[in-house]
Amino acid sequence: MRLPRWFHLLGSPPFIYKLAGKVTPWLGVISCVLLAIGAYWGLVIAPPDRVQGEVYRVLFIHPQIAYVSVMAYVVMAVAAGIGYVWRIKLAHAVAVTAAPIGASFTACALATGSLWGRPTWGTYWQWTDPRIMSETLLLFLFLGYLALRAAFEDRDKADRVSAILAVVGVVDVPIIHYSVIWWNSLHQGPSIMKLDKPSIAPEMLTPFLIMVLAFTVCFLWLLLNGLRAEIVERERDSRWIQQLVEGANG
Amino acid sequence: MNEFFRMGGDGTYVWSAYGVTLAVLLLNVWWARWRHRSALERARASNGDNRVSRRPTVRTIE
Repeated sequence: MRLPRWFHLLGSPPFIYKLAGKVTPWLGVISCVLLAIGAYWGLVIAPPDRVQGEVYRVLFIHPQIAYVSVMAYVVMAVAAGIGYVWRIKLAHAVAVTAAPIGASFTACALATGSLWGRPTWGTYWQWTDPRIMSETLLLFLFLGYLALRAAFEDRDKADRVSAILAVVGVVDVPIIHYSVIWWNSLHQGPSIMKLDKPSIAPEMLTPFLIMVLAFTVCFLWLLLNGLRAEIVERERDSRWIQQLVEGANG
Repeated sequence: MNEFFRMGGDGTYVWSAYGVTLAVLLLNVWWARWRHRSALERARASNGDNRVSRRPTVRTIE
């Protein structure tokens, strides 16, 4: 079977570097615009909640951030797995880039959840809540991945060993998703990602979905931005990077 | 307007949550920029001295 040319180009650092350089400004603009629209819609236009009043407006950022944190982990694990199996360096570069972004989103999901929990559940933190705990585990997986990499001087070795951790850690992803169904949790069950009709008012669903899209695009933007930096770092001595920096000099 | 910032008395929580989120996003953007710039600087400084083709051609197999 012959693979098309563009497929091979996906593994080429200079090609991806240039492509990402063209795409990122657009992703940046789109994500900023969507975030602004979503924030305005969620904070100003959407009506107050019948039960929670105004504080429910964290709904327009907290689940989205948590979802991106999980998506970042999946991206990291899949990329690391591909890098491990087919020895594609660019795939490892994607995994390394996704890790700090994912860690920061995970921390942010925990922080926003905490700030939402205090006025609604009466507590910032609940050690027995399965969703909080599985999300905390996700944070430690990201941090563990980064710490493990830092322990190796040799980048290739760091790539291979950390990839194993990343792939094994994927078991946490279904645990996070099903935690509210399997165990008793302060978190509510699924109200949007389910087969039935979403159990949320349409005036709230629209900004909710806009924010899902906004944070997804934002993650892609951050990922490609970081990937460009990672590519330069890894290809520092290659001819094309040398030509690039010489071109910038002269 | 004041009512908007009060958020029914829970303004502190709502606005801190949005604030933390904004800070995390800005931090991520700044971090990527900073890494990109410093990587380019290091590439400029290294001058390609560690280029693979300039290393000895014999390589050991693990």
